[in-house]
Amino acid sequence: MQDVWKTYPDGSHALRGVSVLIERNEFVYLVGPSGAGKSTFMKLIYREEVPTKGQISVNGFNIGKLKPRKIPYIRRNIGVVFQDFRLLPKMTVYENVAFAMEVIEAPKRMIRKRVMEVLELVGLKGKVNSLPAQLSGGEQQRVAIARAIVNNPAVIVADEPTGNLDPETSWGIMNLLEEINFRGATIVMATHNKEIVNTLRKRVIAIENGVIVRDEPRGEYGYEI
Amino acid sequence: MRFSTLLRHLREGSLSLARNGWMSFASISSIAISLFILGVFLLLSLNVNNLTKQLENQVQIRVFLDLEISQAKIEAIGRSIGALPEVSRIRFVPKAEGLEMLRRNLGEDGQGILDDYDDTNNPLPDTYTVEVVDPERIAEVAAKIQEIGDADPDKPIRSVRYGQGTVELLFRVTNAVRNIGLIIVLGLAFTATLLISNTIRLTIFARRREIGIMKLVGATNSFIRWPFFIEGALIGFIGSALTTALLLAAYNWLVQSLQVEFGLMMIRLVTVWESGLLVGGVLIGLGTAIGIFGSALSVRKHLKV
Repeated sequence: MQDVWKTYPDGSHALRGVSVLIERNEFVYLVGPSGAGKSTFMKLIYREEVPTKGQISVNGFNIGKLKPRKIPYIRRNIGVVFQDFRLLPKMTVYENVAFAMEVIEAPKRMIRKRVMEVLELVGLKGKVNSLPAQLSGGEQQRVAIARAIVNNPAVIVADEPTGNLDPETSWGIMNLLEEINFRGATIVMATHNKEIVNTLRKRVIAIENGVIVRDEPRGEYGYEI
Repeated sequence: MRFSTLLRHLREGSLSLARNGWMSFASISSIAISLFILGVFLLLSLNVNNLTKQLENQVQIRVFLDLEISQAKIEAIGRSIGALPEVSRIRFVPKAEGLEMLRRNLGEDGQGILDDYDDTNNPLPDTYTVEVVDPERIAEVAAKIQEIGDADPDKPIRSVRYGQGTVELLFRVTNAVRNIGLIIVLGLAFTATLLISNTIRLTIFARRREIGIMKLVGATNSFIRWPFFIEGALIGFIGSALTTALLLAAYNWLVQSLQVEFGLMMIRLVTVWESGLLVGGVLIGLGTAIGIFGSALSVRKHLKV
């Protein structure tokens, strides 16, 4: 990311000249007060927003200049996880995950195999036919993570993945994300969870008012809640 | 697109029809009801059309010949009129038959009036009854027939009558009825289109999250659109097929039970077999097309993320 500015149509500057390099296979926490620009930072990575100024490349693609037609293809290499899970309520666990593979037109047999594989990884093999509403919050987030990683993306973007979960469940999710990071994916995670950041030490990037104020290799959360 | 993907879209489209039970039900009934009203008017205007055509075809020209012309001349005139391309049928009505017809028309009350007349002192002229190909151009044809008579020095044609004035009025009325019918049908088709696409827009609005998630995992726009297409087509087809079946069954019953009464009034209703293909084709075609376009347009709006 080089000198990235993002100004919303209402005139507010969400990001003001942000430059940062995140290496392959890094695990990065994005911290900062609400409204500081964390979400915008994430949205720029998966190209839901376009920078007003500056350049962003992900996996070597200049995302800002991408033709709209190409957007779906770069998104297949980025897995996104949200605070509110965003599962399709009328599809089963299996269908929710398989869906991401159907989109890339993978052969059916491969889908079956790979979906079962990731569901085993996230520990939900026994709940393939449940609907999201029948699962706990932690389980739903696991489904969302399974969907994010099913296509083996190089980057996982997680926007407060533990925001809606109790501490114990949150640790389960963190172990899962670490495991995924260990297997080779780059992880960018926005969080307000001080305990996690201070215990599971990783690189910490702090954003305030659209500017990076701190960037430490094995940083601390640094804010009092 | 891979074949397996097409299958996936077909399966996904029909599955989501079931998943979104109530919304699908709303769309299907909206289509069925709007098209039912349209179908009723369609049948009505088909019948009106048929009736006016019957009336129009009863219009004929009567050519009154001079009382004192030879048989040869009568035949020559008949041939000349029959040779006109606008004439579809010509029939010679000798004066004896004319007298007979007049007696019948006068009925019992007028029985005595014509008693003194017989073949020897028949006051009526021989006539030709002429039917034309295009009833709307009857005045033109009548004028041509008059010209045939005028061209002859003996002036063998005394007069040409086709109900001047009345016929013109009849055509004005039938044309007006037909145009009004067409306008009503078009207006209803337009309203039905709006109503249906609005319902479909609502169902898709309710699923914008789904579309958002599809985009997030990297689905191309056409991939997202296809299942909605298929769903829309199914909704349109089911709704309009239901309506068509119901409408034609009801109409068939109506025709059968009214046949006798209307027959006595010399009115022939359009049968289901004559109208079914047209009505069914229009309703099902329109319903399916609206289903597809309604969902295609609504999805498009949500794809611009």
